[in-house]
Amino acid sequence: MSGGNYYIPDSSRYPIFAASSLFLLVMGAGGTINGTDNGSTILYIGFVSMLTTLFFWFRTVVKEHLAGLDSAQLKKSYVFGMAWFIFSEVMFFAAFFGALFYVRNFAVPWLAGEGEKGLAIEFVRDMGVDFWNGFQNTWPVLTTPDQGAAYTTPHKSMSFPGWSHLVEWLPLWNTIILLSSSVTVHFAHLGLKSGSRKKFNVWLGFTVGLAIIFLGLQAAEYYEAYAHYGLKLNSGIYGSTFFMLTGFHGFHVFLGCIMLSTMLARSVFFNHFEAHDHFGFEAASWYWHFVDVVWVMLFFFVYII
Amino acid sequence: MSAVVENHHDDHHHGPAKGLKRWLYTTNHKDIGTLYLWFSFAMFLIGGVMALVIRAELFQPGMQIVEPEFYNQMLTLHGLIMVFGAVMPAFVGLANWLVPMMIGAPDMALPRMNNLSFWILPFAFFVLLSSLFMDGGAPNFGWTFYAPLSTTYAPPSTTFFIFSVHIMGASSIMGSINVIVTIMNMRAPGITLMKMPLFVWAWLITAYLLIAVMPVLAGAVTMMLMDIHFGTSFFNAAGGGDPVLFQHIFWFFGHPEVYIMILPAFGIVSHIVETFSRKQLFGYSSMVWAMLSIAILSFVVWAHHMFTVGMPLAAELFFMWATMLIAVPTGVKVFNWVATMFKGSITFEVPMLFACAFIVLFTLGGFSGLMVAIVPADFQYHDTYFVVAHFHYVLVPGSVFSIMAAVYFWIPKWTGNMYDERLGRLHFWLSFIGVNVTFFPQHFIGLAGMPRRYPDYALQFADWNMVSSVGAFLFGFSQILFLFIVLKTVMGGKKATSEVWEGARGLEWTVESPAPYHTFTVPPKIN
Ligand code: HEM
Ligand SMILES: [Cu+2]
Repeated sequence: MSGGNYYIPDSSRYPIFAASSLFLLVMGAGGTINGTDNGSTILYIGFVSMLTTLFFWFRTVVKEHLAGLDSAQLKKSYVFGMAWFIFSEVMFFAAFFGALFYVRNFAVPWLAGEGEKGLAIEFVRDMGVDFWNGFQNTWPVLTTPDQGAAYTTPHKSMSFPGWSHLVEWLPLWNTIILLSSSVTVHFAHLGLKSGSRKKFNVWLGFTVGLAIIFLGLQAAEYYEAYAHYGLKLNSGIYGSTFFMLTGFHGFHVFLGCIMLSTMLARSVFFNHFEAHDHFGFEAASWYWHFVDVVWVMLFFFVYII
Repeated sequence: MSAVVENHHDDHHHGPAKGLKRWLYTTNHKDIGTLYLWFSFAMFLIGGVMALVIRAELFQPGMQIVEPEFYNQMLTLHGLIMVFGAVMPAFVGLANWLVPMMIGAPDMALPRMNNLSFWILPFAFFVLLSSLFMDGGAPNFGWTFYAPLSTTYAPPSTTFFIFSVHIMGASSIMGSINVIVTIMNMRAPGITLMKMPLFVWAWLITAYLLIAVMPVLAGAVTMMLMDIHFGTSFFNAAGGGDPVLFQHIFWFFGHPEVYIMILPAFGIVSHIVETFSRKQLFGYSSMVWAMLSIAILSFVVWAHHMFTVGMPLAAELFFMWATMLIAVPTGVKVFNWVATMFKGSITFEVPMLFACAFIVLFTLGGFSGLMVAIVPADFQYHDTYFVVAHFHYVLVPGSVFSIMAAVYFWIPKWTGNMYDERLGRLHFWLSFIGVNVTFFPQHFIGLAGMPRRYPDYALQFADWNMVSSVGAFLFGFSQILFLFIVLKTVMGGKKATSEVWEGARGLEWTVESPAPYHTFTVPPKIN
C-alpha cells in the first residue's frame, strides 16, 4: 500500500490451496461416482482441505478487517462481489426452473401426443405400433412414457393435497418457517443497527433455529416421498424436477444456515460487528433473503400450480 | 493483529517475490495476467495439435491415421480446449493486464480471488485431458455434448468431463465478478462510464454475460450427471424428459458464449484501429450501445442452432428474425472501424495488420452467419462444413487474430521491448494465408453437402479437403514463429518508450515500459 488507499493483500497461499483442494474434490467425486479405487478417500481429503483452507482464508479476511485495513472502497468491492455472486446463483436456479417450464409446457404434452410435435407420436401409433400408450399430459405426471423397470412409479405427488389436508401439508409449514426466518433475520439487522448486540444475537439465533427446522422438515418430506409415496429421483420427469429443484434449494438453505451460524458465533464469542460496520453479516443475510425468494418460487411453481 | 498489518507492506516496495512462489501465491494483476496468457498459449498449442490430427486424417478420403473413436475424441477435446482453454483465458489475461491500468486502478478489486480464478484452470484442464487415458477414452460427443450422445452413449470419463466443466465455470464466474467489481468500483476519479476505454466497456459487458450464462452451463452438466448416474430423466423421453431440452439449455449458454469470445476482440480492435489511424475513434457512444444491444439480443437467439431439430414454426421464425437483428449493431461496429480509418494517416504495423484482417475476415464470418440464420437455407447448411467455416471465420481470424493483435500491441508495455517488426509481419502473412487456405474451401465443401464431424468423406470432397489440410499445417506451424517472436521480445529487443506508439491514447501509455510491478497505487488525475 505504498501511498495508495486501496488495500492490496500481499501474496497469499490460500488461493492455490483452494484450487488444489478443488482439484482433489473433483477427482475424488468423479472417482467415487465411477467407482474407481480410492475415489472416496480423495474426495474426503479434498473436502477437509477445502474446508480448512476456507476457514483460514476467511479468518485472514476478518483479521485484516479488524486491523482496519479495509477502506470504504474495498468494502464496496465486497458488496458488489456478493451481489454478483448471488446473481450467478439466480441464473443457476433459472436453468432448473427453465427445465421445469419446458417439460410442463412442451415435452410432456408432446409425449402425450398433443400439439405440433405430438403428431409424431400419433403417426407412430397410427401405423399400429403400441408406442408409449397411456401416457397422459397431466401435472404432476406420475407415470413415464416408457413403463420399464428403470422407473419407479409413485402413487402420490408432493403437490397441494386439497384444503382438507392443508394442515398436514409440510411445504406450507416450510413456507411459513422460511418466510418468518427472513423477518427474524431482518429484526436481527435492525437490532444491530440500533446498537443492541443482545437483540442481534437473539433474533439471529431464532433465524438459525428456523433454518434448522426447515431442513428437518425438508428431510422428513424426502423420507415421506421415498418411503411412502414411492416418489424417487428415478420416477420420471416429475421426480427429477422435484428433487433437483428442492434439493438444490435445500442445499443452499444449508449453506445459508452455515453462514448465519458463523455470523452468530462471531458475534457471540468474539463480539464482532458494529452498528455501522457488519458486512459479513449483511452478505449472509442477503444470501438468506435470496434463498427465501427461491423458495417462494418453488412453492408456487413446484408445489402449487 | 499488528502482525497482519506489518506483514503486508514489504513486497509492495520490493517488487515481485523470487522463484516459483511468485507465480503460485501472487496477487498481482500483471503476474496473473501473464499466467493466464501463457496458459492460454499452451492450450492453444495442445488444441492446435489436436486440430492437426483431425486435418491429417482428413487430408485424403478413407481412414488413414486414427481410429474413428479417437478422431471423435480429438474433435471434442479440440473444441473444448480452444473455447475454454485458449480463447477465454487469453481474454481474461488481457483483462487482468489492461483493465486496472486503463482505469487507473492499483490492481484488480479482489486480488486473492483473482489468483484462485487462474489456478483452477490448469487443474480443470488436467482433469479434462486425463480423460484421454481413462477406460473408454475421452469424451467423444463434440464440444456441444448433445444428449443422449453425452448421457446414454457416453464413455465413463464423462463424469470427469462434467466436473472439469464445473470448475472451469467457477473460475470464469470468479474472474468475471472480479472484472465487474474492478470496473464499477475502482475507476480513477474522472473516468465516467462514457469515458471508459472500449476494451474496458467490452469486458464489462462480457463479464456480465459470463456471470449470466456460466451457471446455466453448470446446470446443464449437472442434469447430465444426474441423468447418467442417478436415474433422473431430464434428457430422456422415455422418462418424460426431452433430449431437445438439453439443446435449449446448452445454447442458452452457448450463444452468449460466442459473444463472450468476440466482445473483448471488438474492444481490442477499436483501440488498435484508432491508434494506427492516428485519429479519434469514430462513433464511441454508438460502439458502446452496439455492444450493449448485442449482449442483450444474444439471450434471445439461441435456437438458431436448432432450426433442424423440429421446433414449432413460430419459434423458427422468431429466432430467425432475432438473429438477423444482431447483424445491425455488428454492422454499426464494422462501419465505425472503417470510418475511423477513413482519411487517417494509417501505418500498418503488425497489430494493425491483424486488426485489419480481423475487420475483413470477421465480417466474412458474419455474412456466412447471416446465411445460416435463414431458416430454410439452414436446413441445407446445418451440420455441414459450411457451419464449420462460419464459426472458424469468426473465431480464428476473429477472436484469435484479435488476441495476437493485442499481444503485439501491448507487449512493448509488458516487457519494455519492441517485438521484431519483420518477423511479426512474416507471422501475420503466414497466419493470414494459412487461415484462409484452411477455412475458405470449407465453405465450398459445406455447400456441396459434406457433413461435419466425420473422419471420412465421399470422393468428390477430396480436393478441397486436401487444400484445407495444407492450410491448417501452414497456420499451425506459423504459430511456432509466434512463440519465438514473443520469447525474443521477452528476452530483449529495442527499448520501448512509455508511449510506444505514436499518438497512442489511454492511461496505460502514460506509465513507463515495462510497466512497473505496481501502477497507479495513487489514482491518477484525469482531465
Ligand atoms: C452476424 C453474426 C452471427 C450470426 C448471424 C450467426 C449465426 C449462426 C447460426 C445461425 C449458427 C448455426 C448454424 C447451424 O448450426 O446450422 C451459428 C453457428 C455458430 N456460430 Fe455464429 N453467428 C454470428 C456470429 C458469430 C460469432 C461472432 C461467433 C463467435 C465468435 C460465432 C460462433 C459460432 C459457432 C461456434 C457456431 C457453431 C456451433 C456448433 O454447432 O458447434 N458466430 N452461427
Ligand atoms: Cu449462435
